[in-house]
Amino acid sequence: MSDDADKQNGAEAAGRPERPIPDPPGYFEGESMTRRRAFTVAVQGIGGIAGAAIVLPAVGFAVAPIFHRGKERWEAVGPVGDFVEDTYRQVIFTETEGIGDAGKTTAYVRKSSKQLDEKPNEIVAVSNRCAHLGCPVRFVEAAGNFICPCHGGVYDFQGKRIGGPPVRPLDHFQARVRDGQVELGPRYSVTSQLEPVRARDPGEFTGGVWEYLYPPRPSTFPPPSG
Amino acid sequence: MKLDSLIPAPLRKPAKPGASNGAAKGPAPADLKTAPAERPSDAQRLGDRAKDAPADVLAWVDQRTAASGFLTGMLYRKVPKGTNWFYTLGSATLIAFVSQAITGVFLAMFYTPSATQAYASIAHINNDVFLGQLVHGMHKWGSSVMVILVFLHMGRTFFFGAYKYPRELNWVIGVVLLILTMTMAFTGYLLPFDQRSFWASVVGININGTGPVVGPYLSDFLRAGPELGATTLSRFYAIHMLLVPGAIIALIGAHMYLVVKLGTTAPPWLKADKPKVAASVSQLDAGVEGNGAAPPNGASAS
Repeated sequence: MSDDADKQNGAEAAGRPERPIPDPPGYFEGESMTRRRAFTVAVQGIGGIAGAAIVLPAVGFAVAPIFHRGKERWEAVGPVGDFVEDTYRQVIFTETEGIGDAGKTTAYVRKSSKQLDEKPNEIVAVSNRCAHLGCPVRFVEAAGNFICPCHGGVYDFQGKRIGGPPVRPLDHFQARVRDGQVELGPRYSVTSQLEPVRARDPGEFTGGVWEYLYPPRPSTFPPPSG
Repeated sequence: MKLDSLIPAPLRKPAKPGASNGAAKGPAPADLKTAPAERPSDAQRLGDRAKDAPADVLAWVDQRTAASGFLTGMLYRKVPKGTNWFYTLGSATLIAFVSQAITGVFLAMFYTPSATQAYASIAHINNDVFLGQLVHGMHKWGSSVMVILVFLHMGRTFFFGAYKYPRELNWVIGVVLLILTMTMAFTGYLLPFDQRSFWASVVGININGTGPVVGPYLSDFLRAGPELGATTLSRFYAIHMLLVPGAIIALIGAHMYLVVKLGTTAPPWLKADKPKVAASVSQLDAGVEGNGAAPPNGASAS
């Protein structure tokens, strides 16, 4: 059996430890590494650095927009007198600059309502972007609801979800009054209790544990503190 | 065969092991020894040289690349009995991809990947450019054809059991190619930048965003920002015509290398006409015919 022979050979070798250990080929005195190995390591290291120098900037360039927040943008959409408490007025303003009409978005704007127990004298601006997958919803005056044409999402007067596949209420826009003009600003999302949170994309839940499963993105603006 | 005379010598089908080498040359002329060799005229010699020129050029290339061995091995490889039309779905997918690549290159000559000009440039291609609507249509409908063919090809592979050992890696490469094809279809959809493309891309990106934890960041990556904007279009354009096609071409190369290397499978309804058990050494010693000559029961002995 070859195993036995191997063991015997091993035992024999162990029995003669006084035999001088020959220098491994390729080593020079005092070296811990052959020159071949040293060059291999060096070439691979330099190649790795060169590769990283090309790839890392390119990847950084591609992913940088994730961490970039654009300039805050406010746009006047009409005098305060145009807006009432009990119904919405549709306004169109530019949310994304540089792409022409495709960058425009629609908001439904009204004054805060005393009947609904909202903070007085504020402007409520509801985005028409459905919280399901981003189709444009429409405020239906007769029903007093927002209705989405794509998959049948329905929201109540305040934008809370009352039916269909949407996962949260409609988004809002920050609003303020300057010189008698209503101005709309960055988008923010709300929880099911209408508490403001950072803007989320459609289809993403808000509030509770969902704030961690769908983390806020650095490219969005902080929600209004009030 | 007549066809053989048209094929240059280096690419001709290699003779079967048993066949004599002289067969292809034909019999020697009977009057080789009796009749004195006639000195050919200059024009005749020139004609002969001209006739040989294509073969000479090919031989010159072959001598420097040794490609003929690979090419004859690839072109004359064995295919199993029962190979049928379903086996052409992979080639059909390849042709669909080549068609997409060619029409895409020519569309890129007229297309402007700018949010404010993309729509107008597509309208220009469709309305003004000679055959523009045809090339655009080929690219647009060809993408659907390619997706359908990819799925049919995948179904053929699955139902014929062609994904099994030793072809698992080719299945994996095929799945990556499927994903890349879908990426092409998705990114290409935005490029005309009309209402349909815009909203379809919005919905598509939002579906991406519903993935927990990484979803929101993936959406930002695809849009190059929190909203679909000017850079989204150029980003999709770069992915559509530079990044993914390169990956697809490389993976198609690997996919086809493995097909040639491993061969194709017989359809599952075909029974093996040789015993499935490996032949014993004594059977191999008996010669090439040893396997077939062995009685069916004898195979169980090994």
